[in-house]
Amino acid sequence: MYLRRRIIDRLSGTWMVISLVTILLLPLIIGVGLYIKAAPVFEQHTLTELITSSNWAPTKGKFGFWPFIAGSLYVTVLAFIFSAPVCLLAAIHLTQYASKKLVRIIHPVIDILAGLPSVIYGVWGILIIVPFISGYLAPLFGQNTTGYSILAGGIVLAIMCIPYMLNMLMEVFKTVPMGTREASLSLGATYWESIKHVVIRHSRPGIVSAFGLSLAKAFGETIAVMMVVGNRVLSSLNPFDPGYPLPALIANNYGEMLSIPMYDAALMFAALLLLVIILVINLFFRYLIHKTQKA
Amino acid sequence: MKRKNIEEGIFKILSAVASYSIIAILAFILLIVFVKGFGALNLDMITKTPKGGFYYGGEGGVLNAIVGSIYIGLGSTVIAIIIGAPAALYINVHLIRFKKAQNVVRYFLDALWGIPPIVYGAFGFTLMLYLGMNASLIAGIITVSLLILPIMVRSFDEVLCTIPKGLHEASLALGSTKTEMAYKVMFKQGFSGFITAVLLSFARGIGDAAAVMFTAGYTDLIPVTFDEPAATLPLAVFFQLSSPIPEVRERAYASAAILTIMILVISLVARFVSHRYSKSNIN
Repeated sequence: MYLRRRIIDRLSGTWMVISLVTILLLPLIIGVGLYIKAAPVFEQHTLTELITSSNWAPTKGKFGFWPFIAGSLYVTVLAFIFSAPVCLLAAIHLTQYASKKLVRIIHPVIDILAGLPSVIYGVWGILIIVPFISGYLAPLFGQNTTGYSILAGGIVLAIMCIPYMLNMLMEVFKTVPMGTREASLSLGATYWESIKHVVIRHSRPGIVSAFGLSLAKAFGETIAVMMVVGNRVLSSLNPFDPGYPLPALIANNYGEMLSIPMYDAALMFAALLLLVIILVINLFFRYLIHKTQKA
Repeated sequence: MKRKNIEEGIFKILSAVASYSIIAILAFILLIVFVKGFGALNLDMITKTPKGGFYYGGEGGVLNAIVGSIYIGLGSTVIAIIIGAPAALYINVHLIRFKKAQNVVRYFLDALWGIPPIVYGAFGFTLMLYLGMNASLIAGIITVSLLILPIMVRSFDEVLCTIPKGLHEASLALGSTKTEMAYKVMFKQGFSGFITAVLLSFARGIGDAAAVMFTAGYTDLIPVTFDEPAATLPLAVFFQLSSPIPEVRERAYASAAILTIMILVISLVARFVSHRYSKSNIN
């Protein structure tokens, strides 16, 4: 009986370790897998050439990813500009001013927003944002557009970022000790002054991390952006023009990539690039959070 | 009135507007998806597979995609449970006295959570080619299970780490092995978290499009064996929406409504169940 329990314990313990180690090695395995597939493209092009060149002609073996990287950066930055102020204000309201009732309502709201599949945001974007841009917003600026644009991608992405960013910001503000705020209030500061000078200052690393992680999240978002962004290579900085972010490029071309030489390697390189960028951002800002949580 | 009081007033209103607008956005999205979707929704949509000429506005429904999504969701969740639950238990049982190791592991898991589905999709695709498989149900299941593993581990872990250490010590003092403690005490005590983790992963598995796009393929038939391709609901929405024919686009809205309802139901069940099971916990 005792022996049986020992054996079971040993077996299950081993399985636990194997599972955990596998999960932790996952990014490495994915990275190596993608690198092996992407290797042929490195034989003919240098890394800087791939990233900075704008010459995109897969049939001629020219793979310059810069327009796609720029497209990704553009929608991501737009999404950040739209979502950051809203999330910051909402997080302040929900942690400092709001009634218990509102906070109780907002939690499931955040969960559902975070849980809605990407494709649903895409559908909503096509139904609402795209016609809104082509019908109202663009004429207002004297522009002519189909609505499928960088701007549409930015707005849809901004909304997808909200639950993620808001949740992290609320966590950050909750860790500010009540005492420091009360000290500020007792010195005659208004509520807002205490928030501005004490709460926000105290949680600055947390805010920066929340923003950084949301940027990384937005950078890798695929389906929803791809549905509204127009998928044409970025030609100008006009937000009413269509763009072509990196994830959309991968998703759109997986069908034909096997028929053009080197194309699959180039696209796997794009996936590897995404992985590395996002993993580095994540590791950096998570480290910042871990460090400040300890202090 | 003093300037600082005016400033206070302005920001109080602004921030209240911001937080209510988030509720409004969710309501707006759901309203649009449901209003548009219910217009085209009928019984055929959820009980029939696509018939001839479906993609030109002919008869049929998206049962193939609904079933495909559920298969992929279930299959990947099962794999994620088999690998994820022991991993989460290990962090909270074997590593309990090594705070630093726990932190490092959680740090990497959090970072893993951030990897976008499209990268998993691309990796799944290379893995599939490497193993000589075609786009199939099993390839989709494996890819999605990699995607949901970090979610599974981290959300189960969230609840496990709140379990008081005394319970742990009490069980060891009674002579249980670590495995018995993990599965008979910790697992039971953290059951609400386990259920939440499972349902969260399942919902993610159903709703994800970028990872299955490369790996599961698309077909009008309901898959019978693991090596057949499988349609998925998000891709059904995506493909039908890119059609120029209005009837087909209408069906995309209906499919989107079906998907949203499925996700909402799972999310509601998760809330209800986790609430119910955490009631009987020892605190």
